[in-house]
Amino acid sequence: MSLDKDMVRRIAHLARIRVADDELEPVARDLERILGFVEQLNAVDTEGVEPMTSAVAMTLRQRPDVVTDGDRREEVLANAPDRAGAFFAVPTVVE
Amino acid sequence: MTATDLTRLGIAEALDGLARGAFSARELATAHLEAMAAARNLNAYITETPEQALAMADASDARRAKGEALPLDGIPVAVKDLFCTKGVLTTAGSRILENFVPPYESTVTAKLWAAGAVMLGKTNMDEFAMGSSNLTSYYGPVVSPWRAKDDPRPRVPGGSSGGSAAAVAAAIAMGSLGTDTGGSIRQPASFSGIVGLKPTYGRCSRWGAVAFASSLDQAGPFARSVRDAAMLLRAIAGFDPQDSTSVDCPVPDYAAGLDGDVRGLRIGVPAEYRPAELPEDIAALWDQGIAWLRDAGAEIVDISLPHTTCALPAYYIIAPAEASSNLARYDGVRYGLRVPADELTEMYEATRGAGFGAEVRRRVLIGTYVLSAGYYDAYYNKARRVRALIARDFAQAFQRVDAILTPTAPSDAFPLDAPTDDPIRMYLNDVFTVPASMAGLPGISVPAGLSRAGLPLGLQVLGRPFDEPTVLQVAQALERAAGFDPLGALAPALAPAK
Repeated sequence: MSLDKDMVRRIAHLARIRVADDELEPVARDLERILGFVEQLNAVDTEGVEPMTSAVAMTLRQRPDVVTDGDRREEVLANAPDRAGAFFAVPTVVE
Repeated sequence: MTATDLTRLGIAEALDGLARGAFSARELATAHLEAMAAARNLNAYITETPEQALAMADASDARRAKGEALPLDGIPVAVKDLFCTKGVLTTAGSRILENFVPPYESTVTAKLWAAGAVMLGKTNMDEFAMGSSNLTSYYGPVVSPWRAKDDPRPRVPGGSSGGSAAAVAAAIAMGSLGTDTGGSIRQPASFSGIVGLKPTYGRCSRWGAVAFASSLDQAGPFARSVRDAAMLLRAIAGFDPQDSTSVDCPVPDYAAGLDGDVRGLRIGVPAEYRPAELPEDIAALWDQGIAWLRDAGAEIVDISLPHTTCALPAYYIIAPAEASSNLARYDGVRYGLRVPADELTEMYEATRGAGFGAEVRRRVLIGTYVLSAGYYDAYYNKARRVRALIARDFAQAFQRVDAILTPTAPSDAFPLDAPTDDPIRMYLNDVFTVPASMAGLPGISVPAGLSRAGLPLGLQVLGRPFDEPTVLQVAQALERAAGFDPLGALAPALAPAK
């Protein structure tokens, strides 16, 4: 498994994490190591095995469709880095 | 009773003393707060909460005076900084949450307080629970109270729940809460010479615990005895409608039936947990554990878990995949760190680039890669198929045995300055704990002896889903036979000779 700097740049953008140019190479090597390590799974015969979705066999519960919580605007906004009135504020998206 | 005596009590003894009026919850809390202040060099706590501790202790004393004492009334505990605590800074060991004060309380901590426990503070941890050393914390490493015989270098407490483990080992908490995703309770318990229990997946609510890998994360207790761990588990376990994977089944009184009787139990010993490179002292301790259980009347059964070696590589696909999704919420918009930028995507990238440490970044990138178009089936689905095989191995083994005995970790505690340049080497710490995590099974680490270097080593007991009672029973039989002193780090002269 080999990863080049462009691939790391692409993954980092997908993950929305800025990686400085001089870090792309060492990060690529780390990721290669990990991908090399997990490659051994290719040797495992999983023919006909269903992917495991849950650690405990269960069907997801449904609850009655009623309001159980809410009216907590100030609590929800309490940790906002920036707010405008009753809203989270972000840099301008649409001029 | 001196303040030092008070901090060295077990939970059962402390409850007894409180009931007799030998001391108050306030005295107990004060003794711990003073010990915490004197042990700040360990960096076990990110946030100490003395005001809450004293207020909760006073409320506890008032309840007891009225004859309304709760099951853990007045017991001072520490909480991993992964659990949201209302009005108290909750960082998950990360810079990106350096200013996050939750407006709500996690279910398991709420249950602890409802049982009368007293909060001492929030403990240090690997960032977002990603690590096995506590070295990835933004708030600096935790120092174990243990030292090797002939080597003064500070040691790691293990991780990711390193602060919670060190606090209990250093008698600056009577018990604590951690979380275990791939070994983050059991491995630090082994390194720190204490008991650490990972319950069955679904036994304890995940609501209000900062998510790392949601199909694996599980809360559990640290304590200095199996009985104390059982008491803490009873308080935090139980159904929670707010966690969609919480399981609705009764919570037994784990401590009540606990007598360490293992007569007639069948104990499985898996061949795959004895690789050629397993250190001799760890292999010898495992053999000793087998002998202890046989002497106590258990039947030892050789078993095979053929997919054991696949567990770690499968884990390093599934856990990062889930992490990359869970950690998408840290975007600098609603809470936590924001690094300002002129444009929204730039703000996300700058915030997450500055807010996440190297190990978290590595795992989010791996997770993003294995989930990305064209790789999903080859990596993520392959890993989930292997996970099914790992779970099947255990299910088949548990048709023949009642519990499984293994070493907890492949090494003792390493020095703080051990090389960490190779991520895979660090991942191998969890080689014996990850398989049960993948299968969702309960597991406990019991301190059983000292390594050649004079550092603690644990043995791991695994059980069937929701069979914590048997796991605890076997653990107590080992505890009794080992006679290990979990406070040995504080009184080296009294530590078992080696």
